[in-house]
Amino acid sequence: MAVQAKIDPMSQFMIHPVGSETLTGSPFMFTNSSLWMMIVLAVILVFMWGGLKRQIVPGRWQAAVEGYVGFCDNITRSSIGPEGRKYLPWVFTAFTFILFANIIGAMPFAIIPGGHPFTVTSQFIVTGTMSLTSFAIVLAVGFWRHGLHFFSLFWAKDAPFILALFIFPIELISFLVRPFSLGLRPFIAMFAGHILLDVFGNFVVQGINAGGLGYAISVLAFLFVTFVNALELLVGAIQAYVFALLTALYINDAVNLH
Amino acid sequence: MDLATAQVIGAGLAAIGVGAASAGVGFVFGSFLQGALRNPSAAASQTGTLYIGFAAAELLGLMAFAVAMIILYAR
Repeated sequence: MAVQAKIDPMSQFMIHPVGSETLTGSPFMFTNSSLWMMIVLAVILVFMWGGLKRQIVPGRWQAAVEGYVGFCDNITRSSIGPEGRKYLPWVFTAFTFILFANIIGAMPFAIIPGGHPFTVTSQFIVTGTMSLTSFAIVLAVGFWRHGLHFFSLFWAKDAPFILALFIFPIELISFLVRPFSLGLRPFIAMFAGHILLDVFGNFVVQGINAGGLGYAISVLAFLFVTFVNALELLVGAIQAYVFALLTALYINDAVNLH
Repeated sequence: MDLATAQVIGAGLAAIGVGAASAGVGFVFGSFLQGALRNPSAAASQTGTLYIGFAAAELLGLMAFAVAMIILYAR
């Protein structure tokens, strides 16, 4: 029996400057998080620019980009209505960034030594900032359009007065929790998925080290990791969609007040 | 019982919530499929609602996972 190495699934989320292992020194550093944000941005730019050819009959690439933008447009149009166009830029930005960061983070670049991708969205500060931006947009739009009438969002006007009195604080709390739950969702989904991948990836290595029956466990664990990685791509896409959809719905609350 | 033991037991108990959320997510998609098979023409317009229900059910499982992690790694 080989010596059991302790599985440390948390080290993959460590933020450190590129080329160093510790987070010390200057408060402004180019970390692995920054690096992979840049890479995500570069991939998005290449993808979008490749499709901006404005041909009458779109080629494959342009058709992909048009379908992609149409999908985002559909999210805002179906949940906000014809006015939704105005809020498309933010919904599109959030959806694109989360989708590309999730998918790039799940890519097996670690085949090249040292090329382990860093999932930008596995840090709550990133998704939390995006959800706070959504929340700020909701508040700004709500108070801009309706002034103090915005608070009628929390008042159930069809309910009896006594009941509405009780519903008011509940609605208020559920509204204030939104930025938290919105940002938590893509963060935990990526966080949990990558811990799972790391743990079962360690099973593969430890099974090979153990030898004998361990090889069977390695094969099983490897198959499991493969399918979980595929599932991770699906979850990444769904979480990006859910973030965009919920952002659009919350903006709809602010625009139309029920 | 020392703290480390209690942490592991607590994290394991908190992880039960993840299984409960999986039942919830399965119920959401199963119910959608039941409705969609009865009236397939109306199904496409309801996928947005489907994912909202999915997100709401899944969030509680993710919360359970977060609680488990906080218990496990709290010092």
